[in-house]
Amino acid sequence: MKRKDFGRADLLFDTVVYAVLLVLIVVTLYPLLYVAFASFSDAGKLVAHTGFLYAPLGFSLEAYKSVFKNPGILTGYRNTLFILVFGVAVNLIVTGLGAYVLSRRGVMWNRFFMIVIVMTMFFSGGLIPLYLIVKDVGMIDTLWSTIIPFAVNTFNLIIMRTAFQSVPESLEESAKIDGAGHMTILLRIIVPLSMPVIAVMILYYAVEKWNGWFYASIFLKDHDLYPLQLVLREILISNSTESMSTDSSNADRFQIGETIKYATIMVATVPILCVYPFVQKYFVKGVMVGALKG
Amino acid sequence: MDKSAASRAAAPADVRLRSTSGFIARFTRDFAINKYLYAMMLPVIAYYAVFHYAPIYGALIAFKDYSPMKGILHSEWIGLANFRDFFTSYYFWRILKNTLLISFYTLLFGFPAPILLALILNEVRGRFFKNFAQMVSYMPYFISLVVICGMIVSFTNNGGVVNNLLTHFGYDGQAMLQKPGLFRPIYVLSEIWQKIGWESIIYIAALTAIDQEQYEAARLDGASRLKQMRYITLPGIMPTITIMFILRIGNLLNVGFEKIILLYNSVTYETADVIASFVYRKGLIEFGWSYSAAVGLFNSVVNLALLIGANRMARKLSENSLW
Repeated sequence: MKRKDFGRADLLFDTVVYAVLLVLIVVTLYPLLYVAFASFSDAGKLVAHTGFLYAPLGFSLEAYKSVFKNPGILTGYRNTLFILVFGVAVNLIVTGLGAYVLSRRGVMWNRFFMIVIVMTMFFSGGLIPLYLIVKDVGMIDTLWSTIIPFAVNTFNLIIMRTAFQSVPESLEESAKIDGAGHMTILLRIIVPLSMPVIAVMILYYAVEKWNGWFYASIFLKDHDLYPLQLVLREILISNSTESMSTDSSNADRFQIGETIKYATIMVATVPILCVYPFVQKYFVKGVMVGALKG
Repeated sequence: MDKSAASRAAAPADVRLRSTSGFIARFTRDFAINKYLYAMMLPVIAYYAVFHYAPIYGALIAFKDYSPMKGILHSEWIGLANFRDFFTSYYFWRILKNTLLISFYTLLFGFPAPILLALILNEVRGRFFKNFAQMVSYMPYFISLVVICGMIVSFTNNGGVVNNLLTHFGYDGQAMLQKPGLFRPIYVLSEIWQKIGWESIIYIAALTAIDQEQYEAARLDGASRLKQMRYITLPGIMPTITIMFILRIGNLLNVGFEKIILLYNSVTYETADVIASFVYRKGLIEFGWSYSAAVGLFNSVVNLALLIGANRMARKLSENSLW
């Protein structure tokens, strides 16, 4: 009797579990599907429509044509690519060097450096002083302003240092006996043995660069330097789709403006969502590596 | 840090003996041995000096009447005038209240949500369904903030999906982001939507460390699934929860101001404007450098105090703390 009761309670329990997860899946996926449907929809029909979308309303590629005709999107992609490539390179070099030095044992100042660096995680001068520094260094209105002031992420530095520390010392010792200098040890021994963590670091930094818009918005005034996310902000938030459809009437412009927004979201997001199932496990690994540090 | 301390303690006795022979001697010796290491460290030192410590020094302008012409050093000292202005201004209570409320709601609803998700996912037996649900749940985390906010704007607009859905339940459709009363719910809900899956990863990782034998023992004792969850699973991830909670408290006042700047407008300032967005507006749009720096400094100090407080509390209440 008792056993049977438990069986029933467990069944109820299972039902609740699956129901909650189903709701979660729908709530998460539907907005993304809606964007996809809307972007392919006929502009007039979309504006007239109320309620849910279960498929595109009609089929039109007008919005996508406008998006790709927009010079802002292309320069945005170009600038983001520049920031991504050079930014991540700078990140890896500076963070890697720091992590290597700080992982060495018996260097007199390392404890001090560590404290100085960790402190910055908890206390900062604030936004305005940072802006003034970047201005004084002369980086305003250059793409470097989105790279150099963010060369090291302290949290990533600590993760990388922990990983470097766990490389067996005996390997380095034997390399040293063979006459290897620090650079050789770093590049030939530490880096190859820490590849998983380095992959995670590349991903973390790349995402940071790809998504960054705020500092670009305060450091860059020249529209030709805008990274993709800033261009997106203009289209999605500040509502300036008009510039993208100059050859149509006012009413049309408003209508197509709606579909242009959705098409823009697609163009900017689909590449990421395509990549992420493949790299997802590295991100997950990254969260865990970070967590171990606690 | 702990590691280098350990290695120092383990250093051979003669090294420790030598280390007492004067700081200068020790320093030159260390430098001679490690000069390449110091050279490698140079970019890192330069980076932290220029972009972290110089701004902390630059925060001095909070106590000055900063003018770009005179520079930080030569601008005039005005003591606490900026702080006094801020504390007595009409904005002080408004942005403090908004910051605390938005943080508090995000903590209240956003903190337990990923824990619940992890607990629920842990109960799923079908591997495929579990992986699928998990993958979907962290998808939104990969969408950029600008796009997320663009979606929020479109969906809550007059005629947007969310608005339409609510019209079915008798709400009269209006651009929701123009309503001060709705800003906080929109902020918090979208925050959970984007981050719940991602933040659950860490708890799911902690769950895998729980000893499976405990469950078997509980089952033999006749514990239901709900009871197992309550008495085995939840205590099992408690240390992780504590650490995450301290970290959250330490960042309590660092409300996601980028999202706020993207979503708010002059109509919703009364409920949406927080310390960081205020600093941004006063400093970088209205060029009130010193005043804005003072507000930012206030934010930093309160944050630091909260972190220390949370850590102390955690150490008292449980075995876990950050330091």
